Amino acid sequence: MKPDNTVATYSFTVRIIHWGMAVLLLSLLLAGLTMVRSLEPWQPALLGLHKSLGTIAFIAVITRLSARLDSASPGLPQAMHPLQRAAARSSHLLLYVLMIALPLSGYLMQSAAGRPIHVFDSLTIPTAFPVNQELYGLFRETHFALAASLAVLVLIHIGAALHHGLVRRDGVLQSITLPKGKLDKA
Amino acid sequence: MNTENPPFLVARYALIIAIVGGLAALLTFAAGGLGGTGVTAQEFVDLQQGHTVHAGFRRAHAKGFCVAGEFVSSGALEPHTTATLFASQTTPFVGRLSIAGSNPTAPDLKAPVRSLALSFAVGEREAWRTAMNTPPVMAVRTPEDFFLQLSALAPDRESGKRDPGKISRFFDEHPESKAFTDWASNYQPTGSLATEKYHSINAFYLVNSGGKRQAVRWQARPVARETGIRPAPGRDALHREFFRRLGQGPVKFDLVFTLAAPEDDADDPTRPWPQSRRQLVAGQLVINSATPQAGGACEGISFDPLVLPHGMEPTRDPILRARSAAYAESYRRRAREHWLGRAGEAGE
Repeated sequence: MKPDNTVATYSFTVRIIHWGMAVLLLSLLLAGLTMVRSLEPWQPALLGLHKSLGTIAFIAVITRLSARLDSASPGLPQAMHPLQRAAARSSHLLLYVLMIALPLSGYLMQSAAGRPIHVFDSLTIPTAFPVNQELYGLFRETHFALAASLAVLVLIHIGAALHHGLVRRDGVLQSITLPKGKLDKA
Repeated sequence: MNTENPPFLVARYALIIAIVGGLAALLTFAAGGLGGTGVTAQEFVDLQQGHTVHAGFRRAHAKGFCVAGEFVSSGALEPHTTATLFASQTTPFVGRLSIAGSNPTAPDLKAPVRSLALSFAVGEREAWRTAMNTPPVMAVRTPEDFFLQLSALAPDRESGKRDPGKISRFFDEHPESKAFTDWASNYQPTGSLATEKYHSINAFYLVNSGGKRQAVRWQARPVARETGIRPAPGRDALHREFFRRLGQGPVKFDLVFTLAAPEDDADDPTRPWPQSRRQLVAGQLVINSATPQAGGACEGISFDPLVLPHGMEPTRDPILRARSAAYAESYRRRAREHWLGRAGEAGE
């Protein structure tokens, strides 16, 4: 995972999972925020979908993390202020922490409520421990706090990425978008 | 690396702001910060908990106690559902007997509705929960109308009294409530929680191994006969009566399923099905023990009736579909209070 200035882009696997997870996480955030308020007839289906997709997001982030550790990651431009580089690195680290902790807290709160997770009606994840109201309170609030943090961090991430791509034009955005062959090495 | 400013710098920044701002607005909208239509789970639970919040307690049916026992299946439902607990076997359950209202110290005998909720120990991979009430039907068909009904029934903030004019106006404006009001005017509360009949109210589907769906409602029908003897008066009259009764032996209910005919509307909780519909006794609920709810096994359970095992599915009944989010919000509030050590005690 050590930055390597000889590569200009993330590996193909990392890029594919990045964009897949971008869609997945935004859908999960929107579904989660909606389903806790809605009394509409589709609410239970949305809740089921949120749990299934959340499980997939967890599997995806673990796969992504191992793919990322397995391949070289492009370094950040030297033109960036050291503080900016530190901010970029720590925000990416925090994104990974949140992407792992968020589905875990969801699973733990469901366990505390005594509810196994059914993934698309084909796989069941059993509860981890018996019903526990205090733990439900803890994990339920944690799940929301992590989701709110992720939402804010994702917005910052998108803003910063667009700044790199549109204003600084320093190849940082391209490192996660363009196929390797077409990279502008200018 | 470009050190000079790119062309159309303002437009570039505007685009970034538009994209990030648009996404932020979308998330805020989903969180309900901007507009939103219809009644939300939060508004519903706000209404249920009333003006005085009893921290740590359920926002509806706050007063109750835990029971435990086992369900002895008769096997009669086996052709209709793959749910394992309806095969010929015995399944332990944790349950809760309660009275309607948000006050955990309300007098037992004044409550208009009593309920029996059950959580079956189907295993770590499955769960079945049911929350049954004394009325056999709902007064209304949608969560919005249910919200209006609860609003009409809610006591005035100033006087603490209900407004009979408001209540009768509501029922006049909702003719679908006829079956409910007919039941309410004929209902005689029994002298014991052990001799009440508790109804699923909403309909569900049983699904068998061939994938065939059968709409059903169920009720817990008491085995003990009503004696007509009134319980000793007191705030906890029904609680005390039940605990005393258990000292003499288990309290039993038959779990009776009513099978809908094709012409019955399974999605309308206001309409009773004809008496002639086929009924099957799925088995017997045998309650062996009872404990106070504080620290009891039922305390941490949210009896969300949409927690169903394989072989059972919800109907499209809009009230049923709304129950999950409302139970979850009530659960979230009291669980948070317990976690933070802010839960109050009943009996203060």
